[in-house]
Amino acid sequence: MSPTPDQALQGTLVDESALFSIEDLCRICAIERRHVVEFVEEGVLEVATVGAEEWRFHGGALRRARIAARLQRDLELNLVGVALALDLMDEIRHLRREIRARR
Amino acid sequence: MVEFKDYYQVMGVARDATEAQIKQAYRKLARKYHPDVSKEKDAEAHFKEVGEAYEVLRNPEKRAAYDNLGSNHRKGEEFRPPPDWNSDFEFSGAGRGAADYSDFFESLFGAQARAQSGARGFHSDRGAAHRGTTDDGEDHHAKVMLDLEASLTGGSRSFTLKMPELDAEGRLMSKERTLNVQVPKGILPGQQIRLAGQGAKPPGSGGKAGDLYIEVEFLPHPLYHVDGRDLSLELPVAPWEAALGATIKTPTPGGVVELKVPPASHAGSKLRLKGRGIPAKPPGDFYVILQIALPPAQDEKAKAAYAAMAAALPFDPRANLGV
Repeated sequence: MSPTPDQALQGTLVDESALFSIEDLCRICAIERRHVVEFVEEGVLEVATVGAEEWRFHGGALRRARIAARLQRDLELNLVGVALALDLMDEIRHLRREIRARR
Repeated sequence: MVEFKDYYQVMGVARDATEAQIKQAYRKLARKYHPDVSKEKDAEAHFKEVGEAYEVLRNPEKRAAYDNLGSNHRKGEEFRPPPDWNSDFEFSGAGRGAADYSDFFESLFGAQARAQSGARGFHSDRGAAHRGTTDDGEDHHAKVMLDLEASLTGGSRSFTLKMPELDAEGRLMSKERTLNVQVPKGILPGQQIRLAGQGAKPPGSGGKAGDLYIEVEFLPHPLYHVDGRDLSLELPVAPWEAALGATIKTPTPGGVVELKVPPASHAGSKLRLKGRGIPAKPPGDFYVILQIALPPAQDEKAKAAYAAMAAALPFDPRANLGV
């Protein structure tokens, strides 16, 4: 399965235009459907296709859902705590980028 | 050889610690070493160790069985579980998905316990229970630092990914593999590259391998500052270029351009070059932020020029300070 060094693997870009179904999200992040529903209800995740029959999520939701599931499980946080932690982590990331850029 | 693990020492609690103390210790250590929040070295490896210790000590049945081994074992010492050592215990672990445990753990609690106990601290997001009836391998996730040029022009980059795991003797090891990846042009920090089939191998022979998701973050760039899809450059200009306007050669990601600085520009003036940022969809913009560089007054001629300016211009840079 491992490639030869001179043969580059072709990747797919997961950006905001990539949309994922709730089933995709469950599979990729190894979480259950009810978790995704809870994350949406608590504002941890945003649905990209508001009003549509089927939920679709932007690429960025993959990262948030995974971290949310881990924080909830490993640190025994409730959903409000998870949402807060994620928002603060986003802010820290943003600030780190600013600091790096200013060095 | 299976090494004995002192779970009490890992958790930093006494052997007679209460359930509440163990829970408290776990929460503290989990916050300290959680790979999503920790800045500690080897956070993930520590976190796995703590997760395993907690898995045993939080569960009264497992803890009793573990305690039953006696306290005369030493950490790291060769360990062979006595025959029938746990025959009187009944394990009723609540399933949260399987994790990777040390051989020590498995020699005690076996594959059955492994299959039904918690998935703490293993970041391939294992969880057979969550995956339903699939035969496919799990999806893996990684994070890499990328140079900005890779996004600007696309191109292949090789990444060495480390995956902490416990070796046959229960020691924490880091397994490495190097992947040569074609970076999609226009990728932005925080976005991911999906590599189909580069995740875990399928558990059986039927399914297909999982995917690998690589999240990228940019390394600092010597010239450009990244803000989402936009780039900016701090461009030094002479006072007269800012005051009178000028056409200046400026580096941009797409090559050197002739930039028109309008008259009466000042320090911090922002000039936008539309669509010349990161070539994402839609492309970002390129901003030039002017910095005024002062010529040194080293010789008589330069001093005379400054003096002439002082005489000619009724300029008070501190007019707003009330002094």
